Amino acid sequence: MMRGEPLVLGIESSCDETGVGIVRGTQLLTNTVSSSMDEHVRFGGVIPEIASRAHLEAFVPTLRTALDDAGVTLEDIDAIAVTAGPGLSGALMVGVSAAKALAVATGKPLYAINHLVAHVGVGMLGGTFADGLPANLGALLVSGGHTEILRIGNIASDVELLGSTIDDAAGEAYDKTARILGLGYPGGPVIDRLAREGNPKAIRFPRGLSQPKYMGTAEEPGPHRYDWSFSGLKTAVARSVEQYEAAGMEVPVADIAASFQEAVVDIITSKAVLACREHGITELLLGGGVAANRRLRELTGERCTAAGITLTVPAPSLCTDNGAMVAALGAQIIMEGRAPSGVSFGTNPSLPVTEIVLASGEDGRA
Amino acid sequence: MLLLALDTSAAATVALLRDDVVVGRFGSADTRSHAEVLAPAVQGILADAGVPGADLDGIVAGVGPGPFTGLRAGLVTARTLGFVWDVPLFGVLSLDALAFDAVAGEAVEAGSAFLVGTDARRGEVYWAAYRAAGDALPELLDGPHVGTAASLPKDQPLAGRAASLYPDDLDGLPAFTTSDPDAASLARVARLRLLAGEPLLDTAPLYLRESDAKVPGPRKRATA
Repeated sequence: MMRGEPLVLGIESSCDETGVGIVRGTQLLTNTVSSSMDEHVRFGGVIPEIASRAHLEAFVPTLRTALDDAGVTLEDIDAIAVTAGPGLSGALMVGVSAAKALAVATGKPLYAINHLVAHVGVGMLGGTFADGLPANLGALLVSGGHTEILRIGNIASDVELLGSTIDDAAGEAYDKTARILGLGYPGGPVIDRLAREGNPKAIRFPRGLSQPKYMGTAEEPGPHRYDWSFSGLKTAVARSVEQYEAAGMEVPVADIAASFQEAVVDIITSKAVLACREHGITELLLGGGVAANRRLRELTGERCTAAGITLTVPAPSLCTDNGAMVAALGAQIIMEGRAPSGVSFGTNPSLPVTEIVLASGEDGRA
Repeated sequence: MLLLALDTSAAATVALLRDDVVVGRFGSADTRSHAEVLAPAVQGILADAGVPGADLDGIVAGVGPGPFTGLRAGLVTARTLGFVWDVPLFGVLSLDALAFDAVAGEAVEAGSAFLVGTDARRGEVYWAAYRAAGDALPELLDGPHVGTAASLPKDQPLAGRAASLYPDDLDGLPAFTTSDPDAASLARVARLRLLAGEPLLDTAPLYLRESDAKVPGPRKRATA
């Protein structure tokens, strides 16, 4: 019955977005999202407890809207997929509890899946790739919670983490820098906009983990060849602002924003492209909320072209956290014939990308 | 009347009540596995009883107060089940279940006042004051509140786990010093209210505490 075109409902609650998406195979029927972002503004970042409270209130209304929007009933659905990790623990538990209740009440199979791999799963939707996911595929995921470069052998069974941030996510660095500069939250859009008016070479901010001792060589890679670090960059911005203030000078906000953004984007793209070249990746998908950043898209495009890599960026609504990506990955997992996860699995805030779908009763911990 | 009740304000508990008979029940051993154990418990209880969800007359949810993450697991489960089965949702103060147990167990005399208290973690308790009312449900006099055990009214016996956590501050009712809210009692409270035509709560959670988040102050400066 489900061979070929499974109708899958996907649930996402790993951060501040409550998402319910419905797909039929690779066809997107709805991507309904309720965000609690406005409630986090005054804190300058996502507050897990506030996000979790919002998920509880948003879940059933979001589900109802998604079903109406897609024009399907729960009876029509073949399977349910839910993000089991990685993400904020309390937030994950709301979506997982809801998904389990939905599975129990409808009798439909439930698949507990990996949020990061789902960001790649959106590549199946909306004509992002005309003929499905290509061979030699990599994914660069950049958001408020993640900065990762992945190699995708098979979306449902073979994903490898090549590199990731060892401290702050890139989006988090934007938010913290925006706070230092008094620009509000979220930091990404405002810094991107101000950066256009500033000089990206005005201040040379550090590119974390770029020294030879971390990089090594292709033959003998260092310990962090494809990894990033952004916490030192944030501190460098703070020191820079303090130096201007101590000297009684006006803080050149646009120059700092431009120089900060250039440091982030330079190190993200140079390491991502290096990882692609050294792993035979010729197709790169850019995902996550920071994929909307103008300079990141521009420089990733330039460097991919120079390296003979084809860059693909899904529609913005599919790059940020959403339920459609969860449903899309769920559909691929079903078509691969993987077993459902049952209703007794646990959430895992640090689920590794190698755990694409949880086995029954597990939580993906080694 | 067929009621499915869930309380996750302390342990995860589930019960199926047919009229006044408990036909299925589950209680978790710990207070930190609600998201894992709740759905299998509901599934197992209904399957064992041979009851399709849509046959329920209502789903009763304990609305707390209780630790946030576990409480939400129960509430989102109840709301989702209610939505899919198109069954009415009823909220009951979780402490009402403990008050019901204390009176039903004849631990307090009719007309006397007593307290109910559960573990709020961080050195505090969730509590409320009740009066035993003979055959009727215990009457809520004050609460629910969250506070230190030392801040509770003195000279009143207390039912609930708070008594064993803070024995120096609280006068525990014997046999109820390690009790947590139980879904079967929660269902009985709901049933009696429904039979009496009394209003029930909606399923809004009683957190009683804000998130710990602080609005950030001015930037720290390393240089003067």
